[in-house]
Amino acid sequence: MAIKKFAVACYDDEEVLFPAVKQVRNSGYKIHDVYTPFAVHGLDEALGHKSTDLHIAGFIFGLTGTSTAVGFISWIFTSDWPLNFGGKPHFSLPAWIPITFELTVLFAAVGMVLTFCYLNQIMPGVKKHVFHPRQSDDMFVMALELNEHATEQEAIDFLKSTGAKETSVQIAEAGWWYGRFDKPEEYERLNA
Amino acid sequence: MHIKYESFVREPLVNSEKDYHQVTEDIISPIEKKPGRMWYVGFLFSVALLLYGVFSVSWSVYWGLGTWGVNKTIGWGWDITNFVWWVGIGHAGTLISAILLLFRQGWRTGVNRAAEAMTIFAVMCAGQFPIFHMGRVWDGFFVLPYPNSRGPLWPNFNSPLLWDVFAISTYFTVSLLFWYSGLIPDFATVRDRAKTKFRKMTYGFASFGWTGTAKNWQRHEALSLVLAGLATPLVLSVHTIVSFDFATSVIPGWHTTIFPPYFVAGAVFSGFAMVQTLLVITRKILHLEEYITIGHLEAMNKVIVLTGSIVGIAYLTELFMSWYSGAWGEQAAFKWRILGPYWWSYWAMMTCNVVSPQLFWVKKLRRNIPFTFVMSIVVNIGMWFERFVIIVTSLYRDWIPGSWAYYSPQWPEVGFYLGTFGLFFTCYFLFAKYFPVIAVAEIKFVLKTSGENYKRNMQAIENQSNEEFLHEVETDHASHEEVAHH
Repeated sequence: MAIKKFAVACYDDEEVLFPAVKQVRNSGYKIHDVYTPFAVHGLDEALGHKSTDLHIAGFIFGLTGTSTAVGFISWIFTSDWPLNFGGKPHFSLPAWIPITFELTVLFAAVGMVLTFCYLNQIMPGVKKHVFHPRQSDDMFVMALELNEHATEQEAIDFLKSTGAKETSVQIAEAGWWYGRFDKPEEYERLNA
Repeated sequence: MHIKYESFVREPLVNSEKDYHQVTEDIISPIEKKPGRMWYVGFLFSVALLLYGVFSVSWSVYWGLGTWGVNKTIGWGWDITNFVWWVGIGHAGTLISAILLLFRQGWRTGVNRAAEAMTIFAVMCAGQFPIFHMGRVWDGFFVLPYPNSRGPLWPNFNSPLLWDVFAISTYFTVSLLFWYSGLIPDFATVRDRAKTKFRKMTYGFASFGWTGTAKNWQRHEALSLVLAGLATPLVLSVHTIVSFDFATSVIPGWHTTIFPPYFVAGAVFSGFAMVQTLLVITRKILHLEEYITIGHLEAMNKVIVLTGSIVGIAYLTELFMSWYSGAWGEQAAFKWRILGPYWWSYWAMMTCNVVSPQLFWVKKLRRNIPFTFVMSIVVNIGMWFERFVIIVTSLYRDWIPGSWAYYSPQWPEVGFYLGTFGLFFTCYFLFAKYFPVIAVAEIKFVLKTSGENYKRNMQAIENQSNEEFLHEVETDHASHEEVAHH
């Protein structure tokens, strides 16, 4: 976690955003992040993000569920407390398919959602800086990290030239913290 | 980026002039306004029904299941009928949000949020019935596999009734997670435009601190797709397993291999009918006619006529098989089902499920809102009778004529059923008031290809030759690749 200085540009259309991202990356500015109100396909590639491995986590959680179900039921019915159901074999795998399937899905889904929350660092009670209140409405917001090499005015002028509708300079916490969205004073305390 | 062209053949998914901000405004602003008088009336009525249900169930638990009409011959009555009915209704939401996502059906975006909410509430209602059918409900936790002081004696993992416990609880959990993961970005939208402190705090909490970075969205898309992939076989498995409760027994009328697909089709049938009932009202009251269009309603009516026909074929197949099997027990079961003292329930089922939905082959009727509303209720009455027919008319005339019996519900059973309506509508009213009823982010995602005003701009692309169009798509793609490699 660190307090940083950002130059923020708001675009009103994803078709303006894409060339802007390209220009900014070519010019050597460091993009902190781009905030969009919905999933804009191709934006992750344009920013140079790798594809996510979340589905692999899902697969591993699913396998855990499968083995939990098969292992647990077979231990119970063959060794812990074998019961005789009409002379059928103790190890009756076909009858365990439904529960095995359900636990596979359950583990995969719960595990993936928890992994998703962990990777995105989101949780009830987590607060993050919102650069523009309309970044979840109709604005596509790009935040550049400012350092000693880039003066505020240069950065803002450059962002305006890429088609930004609104620009601003903000000092903000770059990571997340425990807090409430109805308490802006908390943010000022962090900045102090 | 998805392809920019959308055919004129498809009707727009969002009507009239809309931009991103207008979408937010239309869907989120009902949350910020005080609810109307109708909302209070409906909500309080639902709460009253719920309280009556609580009273009926408390009565049943206190005095025991002897207060119900079930007897030694007909051990399953309204209670299990209602259970299967509610679970069936709870299938449409996941079908819309998962299976239609995999099939890339764009129209699901307008209705998936409400349909999935409905699913979750319906499964909550369904769950009550087997729990209180246990009688000694305080021992209900015996169905859970945990190390206990009774041996440890484990539940029977080979029993379809236990499979049901796993299936329904998994289905509930996964549907809830799928629904909520879609809600997180929309809650962030409510939070960011909140004017009051309380709203900012609660939606800030509910949105988990979501900000919508490129990486956030990339993972969100991956999560939605995999959850859809998981929920698709799951939704099919749930009603399959419910049908196993019957099909694995040796009761004539239940012991058939057609049950799993027949139950799944019936579940989708009744689920879509319930979605229609709710959305016809919701779109009117919240003024969402431009998002839940007649095209959406028509698409769901098509699903209803398809699944209704599948159910009809299943009924006829059952009849054929009982004759073709040559087993007199089977033949007698179907004879008593159709012609016995419960004949009215069989014919109510046939009329409501097989005959009347065929009217949806007429396009004018599929696009007629009052007709759709009436039909959605008719279908759900029919599907309730289907479960009643399967359960009660298979049991009431069993192998020994001396034990033949008749069954009528007593007031606590009726009260219990009404109470689940109370639970369902209480939850739905709260949902309609405090949640974004339509997936805002998903509508914005399809807006530029499927919105009416954007579709008009397609004319330019329409006039292009194939070569021109393909060239544009390729250069567009190449420019993104270039950025990615940079």
